[in-house]
Amino acid sequence: MRAGFRRYSAYRQAALAGVITNSVFGLIRAATLATLFTGATRSSEYTPQQMSTYVWLGQGLLSVVLLWGGWDFAERIRTGHVAVDLYRPWDLQAALLAEEIGRAGYALALRFLPPMIIGLALSEMYLPRDPLIWLLFLISALLSVVISFSLRFMINLAAFWLLDIRGPASMYALVSNLLTGLVLPIWMFPGWAQTAIWATPFPYLLQAPIDVFVEHGSPWRLLGAQLLVTAIVLGAGRLMLRRAEHRLVVQGG
Amino acid sequence: MIIEVEGLRRTFRVSEKAGRFRRSHREVVAVQDVSFTVPEGETLGYVGPNGAGKSTTIKMLTGILVPTAGRVRVCGLDPSRQRKKLARRLGVVFGQRTQLWWDLPLLDSFELLRDIYRVGQTQYRERLDECTELLGLAEFLSTPVRQLSLGQRMRGEITAALLHDPRLLVLDEPTIGLDLESKARLRSFLAELNRTKGTTLLLTTHDLDDIEQLCRRLMVIDHGRVLADGELAGLRGSVAAERTLTVDLQEPADLSGIPGVTAIKADGPRVHLEFLPSEVSAAQLITAVAARAEIRDLAVGEASIEEVIRRLYDLRPAPQA
Ligand SMILES: Nc1ncnc2c1ncn2[C@@H]1O[C@H](COP(=O)(O)OP(=O)(O)OP(=O)(O)O)[C@@H](O)[C@H]1O
Ligand SMILES: [Mg+2]
Repeated sequence: MRAGFRRYSAYRQAALAGVITNSVFGLIRAATLATLFTGATRSSEYTPQQMSTYVWLGQGLLSVVLLWGGWDFAERIRTGHVAVDLYRPWDLQAALLAEEIGRAGYALALRFLPPMIIGLALSEMYLPRDPLIWLLFLISALLSVVISFSLRFMINLAAFWLLDIRGPASMYALVSNLLTGLVLPIWMFPGWAQTAIWATPFPYLLQAPIDVFVEHGSPWRLLGAQLLVTAIVLGAGRLMLRRAEHRLVVQGG
Repeated sequence: MIIEVEGLRRTFRVSEKAGRFRRSHREVVAVQDVSFTVPEGETLGYVGPNGAGKSTTIKMLTGILVPTAGRVRVCGLDPSRQRKKLARRLGVVFGQRTQLWWDLPLLDSFELLRDIYRVGQTQYRERLDECTELLGLAEFLSTPVRQLSLGQRMRGEITAALLHDPRLLVLDEPTIGLDLESKARLRSFLAELNRTKGTTLLLTTHDLDDIEQLCRRLMVIDHGRVLADGELAGLRGSVAAERTLTVDLQEPADLSGIPGVTAIKADGPRVHLEFLPSEVSAAQLITAVAARAEIRDLAVGEASIEEVIRRLYDLRPAPQA
């Protein structure tokens, strides 16, 4: 965990650039969604305040949950540097998860707050009154980080078999943009699609913590479902690691 | 025995393009039927040409590669099954890889490793101070690893591998790319480590000076098979390598035709005579030379390790196709 935090805090300038692009992107999203809804052609499940929170919170969570990127480990497998990770007296999955949580903590401090502040300055945002909701949101965001890590962990591990995971990785990027609720809130999809999407792990990466925060639906039900998904993807990752270790081929001299 | 290896074998399946859409699979035997044991406190050099199977053996010893067949025990453990446990007793340095955190100061890496290996604070300080002094780390302890020179980084790598006080240190090409002074420094550090702490050393290298200065025992591998294994002196004898007598003569003289001499190289007044110790002793040879010319100075040299190994390669059975 400390490694993750320290590693990422070593790059201040990159972080600044990230914050700026992220905010610009947030503005575009806010504007698009606003025009989409001012016409009031559809009844919206979010109030305008919730919509604004949805945009800016999503913008902030994006780099905490890490929807894009996070393929370092596959690269370590491909180049054989994974050898170093493997001969340490640690549980590799747990160690990488700890590093990921460290990274997320760092992102929370640096990448999460700026878009939230911009959002608050530019629009009227929905903020929960009950402190319990804030706490539940934090737990939900943490679970999102774990789920996001677990999904990418499995795709990264595929490098033991495939060596090159660019295919699955770009597939993942495409699918997660659509199904996490980043581009559009899940409730905008037709009913049957919503059911199908909530049956995948993706909405638990972004839509779930946002909905917990804006109190859209029962937070307890969302958290319960997230917990279940977390257990499943962590377990699947562990199983896959076990298999990978068995047919382990570490590349390079 | 700190390492016991019996009948070790590892094959890889490589696929290659065969025609437009077909891929054919081929078995590459990286290591075959390798057996050896290493007692505690040994210094063992593991050499062989590129692709001989050295790194593959080491990966199996450290548990990061599962053997295709054979038995391995390191520190009493089965490496691939008990990898985590083994990691606490073993130090590993891969010359081509880093176990340090690229973006962090060297000292931060050490502290993270202390956490990972759960090394006690006092033991950690002790080891770190010791390495800092002997390897001269002080000036770059707070420099990010990516800014270190190769030699500095390698000193850091060795320290990192020793923080948890392993009984066995495995080094895969630790001196690759280092300049003469860095190499010398590393060797004397490792020799000292072996002498004072009794740490067992197993290292692969292409620099035979490493072997000469560091290893009591030499193991030669080629095409995945062990060609020779033993004390350096014994190996020299077994391949009946020539020794060299170098004499500085007062005046040039004809030294040809002395029995047991296989080659003569003259270099001004200095003459090198290669001879087979089995046929003529150094003393006999000196007497024979002295009979023909006045000797000003002389030295008797061993066959170089290169020579010994070259001969071992020459003696090897032809590899199966
Ligand atoms: N992951 C792999 N896939 C396929 N073949 C491999 C793999 N790793 C090693 N090999 C093959 O196994 C053989 C032994 O390789 P190894 O890396 O052990 O050699 P080495 O003795 O360490 O050589 P060097 O001195 O060049 O480091 C080589 O023929 C190599 O091509
Ligand atoms: Mg090698």
